[in-house]
Amino acid sequence: MASIAARRLGKELKEIHSEGCPVGINLVKADDFETWWFTIEVMGESEYKGEVYTLQFRFDGQYPISSPAVQFVITDGRQAPIHPHVYSNGHICASILGNEWSPVLSVTAVCVTLQSMLASCKKKERPADNDRYVRHAPDNPKKTQFHYDDDTV
Amino acid sequence: MSSDYEYSDDDADYYDEEMMDGTQDDLSMDSEDDMDMEFGGDDFKTSPNGKRKMYEVDYESLSQPAVEKLMAEEVEYVCNVCGLDDSAANLLLRHLNWNKERLVEKYMDNPTSLLVAAGISVPEPTAVPSTSRTRSTDNASASRRSSRGASRLLTSIGVSKAKSPVTSPTLSYHTPRSFKPKLNEPFVCPVCFDDSPQIRTLALECEHTFCSECWATYLVAKIRDEGELSVKCMAEGCAMACPDPFIRTLLVPSPRSPPGDPQQEIDHAKAWSHFQELQVRHYVASNKRLKFCPYPGCTNTVSCPSAADKSSLTTVVPTVSCGARGIGDQMTQSQPQQSGLGLAGKEHKFCFGCHIESDHKPVVCGVAKMWLRKCRDDSETANWIKSNTKECSQCQSTIEKNGGCNHMTCKKCKHEFCWVCMGPWSEHGTAWYSCNRYDEKAGVDARDAQSRSRASLERYLHYYNRWANHEQSAKLSLDLYVKTEKKMEDMQITSSLTWIEVQFMKKAVEEAERCRMTLKWTYAMAYYLAKGNEKDLFEDNQRDLEKAVEDLSELLEGPIEPENIPTLRQKVTDKTVYVQKRNEIVLEDTAKGFLEGRWRWNVAVDGFDDPADVVV
Repeated sequence: MASIAARRLGKELKEIHSEGCPVGINLVKADDFETWWFTIEVMGESEYKGEVYTLQFRFDGQYPISSPAVQFVITDGRQAPIHPHVYSNGHICASILGNEWSPVLSVTAVCVTLQSMLASCKKKERPADNDRYVRHAPDNPKKTQFHYDDDTV
Repeated sequence: MSSDYEYSDDDADYYDEEMMDGTQDDLSMDSEDDMDMEFGGDDFKTSPNGKRKMYEVDYESLSQPAVEKLMAEEVEYVCNVCGLDDSAANLLLRHLNWNKERLVEKYMDNPTSLLVAAGISVPEPTAVPSTSRTRSTDNASASRRSSRGASRLLTSIGVSKAKSPVTSPTLSYHTPRSFKPKLNEPFVCPVCFDDSPQIRTLALECEHTFCSECWATYLVAKIRDEGELSVKCMAEGCAMACPDPFIRTLLVPSPRSPPGDPQQEIDHAKAWSHFQELQVRHYVASNKRLKFCPYPGCTNTVSCPSAADKSSLTTVVPTVSCGARGIGDQMTQSQPQQSGLGLAGKEHKFCFGCHIESDHKPVVCGVAKMWLRKCRDDSETANWIKSNTKECSQCQSTIEKNGGCNHMTCKKCKHEFCWVCMGPWSEHGTAWYSCNRYDEKAGVDARDAQSRSRASLERYLHYYNRWANHEQSAKLSLDLYVKTEKKMEDMQITSSLTWIEVQFMKKAVEEAERCRMTLKWTYAMAYYLAKGNEKDLFEDNQRDLEKAVEDLSELLEGPIEPENIPTLRQKVTDKTVYVQKRNEIVLEDTAKGFLEGRWRWNVAVDGFDDPADVVV
């Protein structure tokens, strides 16, 4: 099991090194097959122009059958983007990270999806239930049962 | 995505049942008899056949294989009516929660959209949704490209056989082609990136191809970790469901295949049997006439048609038993002759209608539930405090006045006040020992309210104490049972009686316990019964049973003198028979009353007419 995860992540990493990341996404650190970090920036005109965020990916032995735990980093002066689907603790409510995850998706595919999620945002605001969620949120966002209610943003 | 295929219930109305008649009767006589989902409460109203008592319900215990047989019958019915194969019929039934009437209706209306919604057919090419936002961007990574390749492939295939999958799913289903690897290009599994030429590749009809190892890992994870009833294709946004034979191929090694990793094979086998159990559980949960035995580790199901409808629970108390006994390792499926009161011999008895207690005869579920809620509720304690105490208006300490005049001085804060009007005593001026500040009418009302509250509390306690007493006695029956066994041994030694002949003691103990459970619940019932002749008669029966049980208990608890054993045996046997008869009378009469709608309540009970005028 773990071998699939390692082989798959090794291959993904090799492709990132040889072909590079999509525009606006840069690999920060991927020293092992447990945690990777990327910076993400929205290119072109958007609410987030010129802002750079850090994404953290955590993989378990079941990857890619089970989704990675993805969140924005909010330590060391970094912040989570203000977005209706992003909580102030960095957790992201996106269906592809939960029940719509497919083993076919890759790390860069997730980055690109999140990039377009930010790009299509019209109004910078926190989710309505931000304070309540952040108070009780588990450490790992995968433990949260998100209710995906809005596909437009 | 599937919302396009949803039907409103209105669509169902025009459907004429006659359409089905010919086929239905010919093809599924058996399943109709057993499994008709629509049921009234009529069965029970027919005169009881010789054996069944008025207060008992008809039920049948089913083992897991027996339930699987019922499922197979339903599947066969759908196969015959819709002309589908087994696995498609299975997926459709799961998709519609085993409601085969609705299934047939929907299928006749629009087979294409139903098959697509259930993940059995590939949607028409135009209906292929653009599943991901990322597709619009140009920066897709290598793995994105590979899945795009798959979707392009899907489109071209969809065109090439556009007519086949939908109109005749039986024909195109399981064509070896969809399980076959594509040989024209070197294959790389999009999940694990394995590109060795030896890997076995599989795809559903959607042609999203992956290696068998990834499929198996994925299936195990979905079944074991998420308890999925219908596992979708691994491709992003693909709604195709894995049919059972496909899952079986991956998880159950064929006898010819070389032995693999033993641990993995165990995991796979476990997942496969878990998958089958999930299907059985889903089927039972979807069918109102079936319930799983709630005892831990038990896999039996009970079928009880007469308690399937919620409305029937106002007329019957559906106490059932799955046939097994004991808990955990000591569980046996048979009904052994020797029934004990200990855990090992405990019958798997439960109420088909509710979860509150395994056997709450003679009172119906709704009333039993109300009573237990009342007992659990602290409101009765609060009631007592309310009717006996007041709070100091300054420090809120609770004060019970147990005599003396109305001039109160709080022990805690030294506040002086009048017990009657609760105002500060200083305002009373010279009117010592009498309070004329209180409005006369309000004063009378207050006193009335207080005494009413006290009377209702006493009434509740009357019933509660008796209820709790019988419960306690029934709990102690285990001790009594042990004592009785000892006595039975003694009797064998001190008299010429054989083991068989001393069984009367055991029978008596068991009967006494049974009657105490009945008595316990008659107090819950009596508490809610409205005053009147019916209640008087009920309480007469209750009194007779209670007296008989107490007499019997006394005999059982008494000391044994060797010379009295024959008389004792006679007395105990007589009493046991009498107690049994009294118990039957209470149960029969109560059950009859429910069927006749004879019982009137002093409060509103779910499912019953509102009490016309409440007389407590």
